[in-house]
Amino acid sequence: MNADELRPLKQKAIDIRRLTVDEISHLGIGHVGGSMSVVEVLVLLYYRHLKHDPANPAWEDRDKFVMSKGHAGPALYAILADRGYFPKEMLYTLNKGGTNLPSHCDMNRTPGIDMTTGSLGQGLSAAVGIALGHRLKKLPGRVFALIGDGDTNEGQTWEAAMSASMFGLGNLVAFTDYNKMQIDGPSEVIMKTDRLLDRWTSFGWFTQQVNGHDFEALNDALEKAIAQTDRPAMIIADTVKGRDLPGIEGDYKNHNMPLTAEDADRAYAYFDELEAQV
Amino acid sequence: MTYLIARATPEEHAPEMRAVYAETLVSLAEQDDRIVVLDADLMRANGTEAFKSRFPERTFDVGVAEANMVGVSAGLSAAGLIPFPATFTCFAARRTFDQFFISANYAQQNVKLTGSDPGVAAAFNGGTHMSFEDIGLMRTIPKILICEPSDPVSLRALLPQIAARRGSSYLRLHRKPIASIYAESETFELGKGKVICDGSDLTIVAAGAILVAEAIQAAELLEKDGVSTAVIDMHTIKPIDADLLVSYAKKTGAILTAENHQIRGGLGSAVAEVLTEHYPVRQLRVGIEDEFGEVGTQEYLQERFGLTAANLVAKARILLERKGA
Repeated sequence: MNADELRPLKQKAIDIRRLTVDEISHLGIGHVGGSMSVVEVLVLLYYRHLKHDPANPAWEDRDKFVMSKGHAGPALYAILADRGYFPKEMLYTLNKGGTNLPSHCDMNRTPGIDMTTGSLGQGLSAAVGIALGHRLKKLPGRVFALIGDGDTNEGQTWEAAMSASMFGLGNLVAFTDYNKMQIDGPSEVIMKTDRLLDRWTSFGWFTQQVNGHDFEALNDALEKAIAQTDRPAMIIADTVKGRDLPGIEGDYKNHNMPLTAEDADRAYAYFDELEAQV
Repeated sequence: MTYLIARATPEEHAPEMRAVYAETLVSLAEQDDRIVVLDADLMRANGTEAFKSRFPERTFDVGVAEANMVGVSAGLSAAGLIPFPATFTCFAARRTFDQFFISANYAQQNVKLTGSDPGVAAAFNGGTHMSFEDIGLMRTIPKILICEPSDPVSLRALLPQIAARRGSSYLRLHRKPIASIYAESETFELGKGKVICDGSDLTIVAAGAILVAEAIQAAELLEKDGVSTAVIDMHTIKPIDADLLVSYAKKTGAILTAENHQIRGGLGSAVAEVLTEHYPVRQLRVGIEDEFGEVGTQEYLQERFGLTAANLVAKARILLERKGA
């Protein structure tokens, strides 16, 4: 990836964080931390790799994306709005009664969402099913999935891991948003998710581990993952929960937290600083 | 209508329902390439090996991982396929309830979950494998279809209707040999109870291979004593045929339910809900009382838990007394 390709992605990550903070702070509370940690992975997918057409979400040959950590919906909604799946004003309806943007992703409510998720551990199984379906129907579209640390606590994720490998799903590429935090505290203290590279490798996946906020590293890993045609690929993205939110970044209490107008203003000021460096 | 049960001998035993299940899926799959089958290391038990030998590329065995089987099914459905995952009822309901609830039903997918070996049919597998609660669990899922066919003929008729209906469903399948109840020409409609014989004193509402057969025998015994007994095969437990229930409540004034399931949450409860709100009449429920399952032959367990024609007759007598009181 050259500098001209990198710059717009970096700018887009800032735009998406700004939009997500605006979206969540409008309501005043939300899943802030996990939405911030996934931004670079989502931007890389939705602005560079994912084959999709916002004007035609039903296009059968497109790639699919399963957000297994469904609580990071707000970041994905910001991207879908920015890509034109729905008007940006809709972001202000997040979690309000009757909204089409619920806390956790809902394929029947939100244009552009490919699978209903939110109960951790279930997303990767669904992604395996979609990948099997694409293979059976000889569809060219790949299936991308994003799981969180919490997903790896759930046994079902490892059932899905076994089956993806058994079925040789070369059309499945997953990311782990490895922010090492969970609701009750650091994963190191609550439930260790260490040696993830070894764990996924031992389950038969083509596994890489990179800085999840570094577009060049993520892009290199994604290109290698996509090149695998006979087995599923896992990219463990080392991330920081609440990334780029001053006073919030890295605090495990940021899983679901109030976000005031003052918090938002502080974030916008920091985003301005980041923007000056792009 | 005429029914065959009374004269069924071992030679007249119908084909195993698991064989009919697989054959029917094969013929459906020959017409519709969206149909796929999943199993969790019970393909031989569930009869789905026959599907695999015809459509190996459309069969997925996920190993002993029922939750993943249902999750993968939801994904296959999201990709436009019609998955039929199968396992024993105990795993279908207890093990995969959350995945079936969220990834299949809440997500409005088209997952046709089948649970085999219901209730006492689990026999030698014993208490761990004996589900007396699966219908109760499944009935709490909004919009779901729940079907328990009573014989191979009704299974063959109802399965294509389940496949054609958009939405997730739960099929409770008695997989092993069972006497024929219906002639091949008989027709069935999902959501419509089947009146096997008419009557004016009492109605037995039964579901499933074991209890529909026992209900017919009970009705014959009661008829000999001059009690005119209607028998309804309520193969669709949700949505239940409320109109038929109300009409027979009006007609006979007494309802006896019969199910291979605990009396809380299953067919008896579903019937009581309809009667209480629309036309209250005397009702008694035959099914498992407040107990866990245990090991034994199916015949032993039917006696042990009162799932017999004799117990239905005994309960019918109590019901008639109360009705007359």
